[in-house]
Amino acid sequence: MSAERHTRRLNVTVYSPAPGLGRGGTLLADMRRDLARSGGLAWQLAVRDIRSQYRQAALGLLWAFILPLANTAAWLFIQRAGIVKLAPTDLPYPVYVFTGTVLWAIFMDAVNAPLQQTIAAKPMLAKINFPREALILSGILQALFNAAVKLAVLLAALLVLGVNPGPAVLWVPLAVAALILAGTTLGLLVTPVGILYTDVGKGLPLVLQFAMYVSPVVFPPPAGGWGAVVFALNPLTPLLLTARDLLVGSAPAQVLQSVAVSAALLVALGGLWLVYRLAMPILIERMSA
Amino acid sequence: MNAPAETVVRVDGAAKKFCRELRRSLWYGLCDLGRELAGRPREDALRGAEFWAVDGVDLEVRRGECVALIGHNGAGKTTLLRMLNGLIKPDRGRIEMHGRVGALIALGAGFSPVLTGRENVFVNAAVLGASRAEARRRFDDIVEFAELGEFIDSPVQHYSSGMFVRLGFAVAVHFQPDVLLVDEALAVGDIAFITRCLNRIAELRRQGTGVVFVSHNEMQVREAAQRCVLMHHGRATPYADVDDAFRAYGSLADRNRRDVDAGYVHDGVVRITAARIGPRNGGGRLGTGDDASLELDVETDAACPAAELHLRVWTPQGQLITELRPLARGQRFDLPAGRSRVVVDIDDWPLPPRRYRFAGGFRRDGEVLGWSRDLAFVDVDGAGEAWLGEGLVMLRASARLVPGTAA
Repeated sequence: MSAERHTRRLNVTVYSPAPGLGRGGTLLADMRRDLARSGGLAWQLAVRDIRSQYRQAALGLLWAFILPLANTAAWLFIQRAGIVKLAPTDLPYPVYVFTGTVLWAIFMDAVNAPLQQTIAAKPMLAKINFPREALILSGILQALFNAAVKLAVLLAALLVLGVNPGPAVLWVPLAVAALILAGTTLGLLVTPVGILYTDVGKGLPLVLQFAMYVSPVVFPPPAGGWGAVVFALNPLTPLLLTARDLLVGSAPAQVLQSVAVSAALLVALGGLWLVYRLAMPILIERMSA
Repeated sequence: MNAPAETVVRVDGAAKKFCRELRRSLWYGLCDLGRELAGRPREDALRGAEFWAVDGVDLEVRRGECVALIGHNGAGKTTLLRMLNGLIKPDRGRIEMHGRVGALIALGAGFSPVLTGRENVFVNAAVLGASRAEARRRFDDIVEFAELGEFIDSPVQHYSSGMFVRLGFAVAVHFQPDVLLVDEALAVGDIAFITRCLNRIAELRRQGTGVVFVSHNEMQVREAAQRCVLMHHGRATPYADVDDAFRAYGSLADRNRRDVDAGYVHDGVVRITAARIGPRNGGGRLGTGDDASLELDVETDAACPAAELHLRVWTPQGQLITELRPLARGQRFDLPAGRSRVVVDIDDWPLPPRRYRFAGGFRRDGEVLGWSRDLAFVDVDGAGEAWLGEGLVMLRASARLVPGTAA
């Protein structure tokens, strides 16, 4: 055994102060290798987190949709009581707002995951060298799991409300995956600075709250005025509309826009992954400082 | 086998700077981030509140070799180790690591408290870079090494700290690394477990793993390491011989103590103005096995009845060897006003040749009357008695063979 170990060619890893971007080819090869290596670890971490989360919560899976349920109840009250005058929706309002809040909760999970995962792993990051990609991947896996739970409940609720999505439901996972892609991209964008300064983590919910009101979540896009422009420019609009259309069985009107937004998000995610990678050693230095 | 073994760690002039202030540190982090993303080299000069935590270190470790890093807290040992582990990048110099790197640094990092030991073994193995198949193959060995028995299926939040560390260590040493980094990992755990850990490290070494070992425990270093690197204020001095390294560390330790605490405590009722230790018959240096005596010159403003003398003997690294408490035999001194002298006789000095530090002073019913951390230093010679072993005390012993007997 030891003889074999002696003759084996060893990978040599070099650490130097040179900037990572200067090593173009190697950098891409390293990224590909680490992504492949982190799959198993990401799975283990995701299973660990999901298990721990549900093992210590008496309500278990219920937590996955308590928030959207509460949101739905609040908006139904606001609408019924006439506190805010909402434009009429094509769908019955309870269906519109419940699908909207569930989809939004899925998006929020994905936004929060990268920063949350990275901060929770600080003790590990500061002491163990493992492919950092695993944290992001694990966050995505957890977002997917939570999304599956929410969708199952949502679909059951829709059937009860008399909405039958029909065969279009088979496309729903893809539409939801696009939402998670959008969330992950946004989350990864704020993560490097968010690790240094806690202000980012504190400010994020505020920004998201505002974002919810300029997205078709609890009320439909305005028909005109500057509000319509904001909704049209919001890249989340086509993703949310498409996902909802597929869920309720109407023909999705913004498929092309959704595909275009998703493609752009994929490119952005690749770039942000590179940033995350380059940033990690620098951030870890400051974690222990 | 006579050819020098293959190098697995090569460090050339590695340096790392840190910042003393949190706010500035975060801001510098942001600046570094900007530079990195712009593809510009790192800021080489020191910025405000920065210092070199590691300052131009060279190090080479070959297969089958264990090199110990020793030095005070804050000397840069852990920072160097973290650079070797690839957690942080050097600001200067170059580090080359060959093959798979294992680290006994944060034992059990990544354990989730509510999951069982079994579940955590697989998570931890994945964190350390082992595949699930490899983890499954090693699982029984790991559980056996950790001596957890049926606790392996309990949540780790119910583990004692010893069990937690045992499981963490067991996972970490069961995947064959080419380089193993050990940082104070053996500071906890009982002696039996530490011994097994050291044996395991030796076994990995025989199989060709190169080991970098950080410890404050002189015994562990002597047990594990063939060479030493002494770190002081970020700089490293290599020693081919562990004894030489600890001698140098010892004299550093003295100097350092003086910096911190330049002598006596402090408005005491009893002032110890001088202390000497040497052979009782006078002259020369104290040797192992000699009768010794310690003289304390004492000064008080007023008579001080029923003072208890307490003395402690330390290694310069701060390991307590023994406490001398004449009070245990009911002895108290009625110190008169003015100057007086207390003489302590120590028969048959039982400690091996090296440097020792005496600390001590006077108390009365728990109240400190006068105290010094650095009462006296003594360098003990080996001239009187051949000293062939290692350790804290010397036993007079001889061995004989009794043939033909059985239990």
